[in-house]
Amino acid sequence: MNATAIDNLFQQKIDLDLNIEPKDQMPEKYRLHLIRQISQHAHSEVIGMQPEGNWITRAPSLRAKQILLAKIQDEGGHGLYLYSACETLGISREELIDQLHTGKAKYSNIFNYPALTWADIGAIGWLVDGAAIVNQVSLQRTSYGPYARGMVRICKEESFHQRQGYEIMANMMKGTEAQREMAQDAMNRWWWPSLMMFGPHDSDSPHSGDAFTWKIKRKSNDELRQKFIDKTVQQAEVIGLTIPDDELRWNEEKQGYDHGEINWEEFKRVINGNGPCNKQRMDHHKKYHAEGAWVREAAAAYAKENSK
Amino acid sequence: MDTQLDLWEVFIQNKAGSYVHAGSVHASDSQMALQNARDTYTRRQEGTSIWVIPAKYVVASNPEDAEMFFDPANDKIYRHPTFYVMPEGAKQI
Repeated sequence: MNATAIDNLFQQKIDLDLNIEPKDQMPEKYRLHLIRQISQHAHSEVIGMQPEGNWITRAPSLRAKQILLAKIQDEGGHGLYLYSACETLGISREELIDQLHTGKAKYSNIFNYPALTWADIGAIGWLVDGAAIVNQVSLQRTSYGPYARGMVRICKEESFHQRQGYEIMANMMKGTEAQREMAQDAMNRWWWPSLMMFGPHDSDSPHSGDAFTWKIKRKSNDELRQKFIDKTVQQAEVIGLTIPDDELRWNEEKQGYDHGEINWEEFKRVINGNGPCNKQRMDHHKKYHAEGAWVREAAAAYAKENSK
Repeated sequence: MDTQLDLWEVFIQNKAGSYVHAGSVHASDSQMALQNARDTYTRRQEGTSIWVIPAKYVVASNPEDAEMFFDPANDKIYRHPTFYVMPEGAKQI
């Protein structure tokens, strides 16, 4: 089959809403788009363990500590599901990690912000995981089979993450004046970066054309962001938190909230490496990856010796 | 570039159901593969048994042969019980 015939057959399948599977022929650009997107998603899960890991030894109770450990373990697991899906596209784990370390592959911008107080753990679970869920629910119907199946599994588990975060915020809002201030401060710092997680406005989103044609993406950045805002505002109100946006208004006509302008300058600055924690996150990953090399070598040597 | 160990495919059985493909893990040997599969894919009682198989030993049918391979079953509806006409009034059949 020539390239055009392959592309036509591929697009026919997509148009019929059939999944594309690892052994199916696919356009090279589709494969590369998926590698970029799935690996970024995988790296985000793994790098996302860092801001939360920072609080394991300082969790305020044994219950909180157990929950945080389980949540962070889940994030590691989600990274592995996604690496597993990505590797079916013919790229090795070594290459994927190398791309992260050289900066060729990115991870979600949100993890370049620090987790300064215990309330940040609440805000990360509720807002950051909440935003991720909105995106991931839509990706359960993405056209690449292994990615879609990974998303189904991840969505089942993420719901606990969001609820535990919201519970932390709710409890702090029932606490002392200082605790309420701490919760509002975390809300103020995490709200806008959470909105940025959905990416640029549809009008200047560079990759979305192909992603829609190929049904990798099912909903646009702005649609998903709107969905997140609409469900989160009510949750904030219930526990007495204020959304840090003076321009937030209910729009009766569109049956959704209008919001203030997002600071895209900040978004660009952070994505280009100048956020509060970019260097720290990458240094940490490289350091522990390198320090773990001897374990992998020893395991490989042990397996070789045992197979004789 | 360093080693990330071999790729293993993971199949999980829940109670008495079939083994279902869950994903893959990296491991240096079968014992590590089982351990990693348990940690990665059964954190919420998803399974009561696990198979791990080195990915290089999985043989898969070719999607391009799918028609030739599976279509012969299409016109053999007499393989299904609903094909047969049962006499009026017959019970438990």
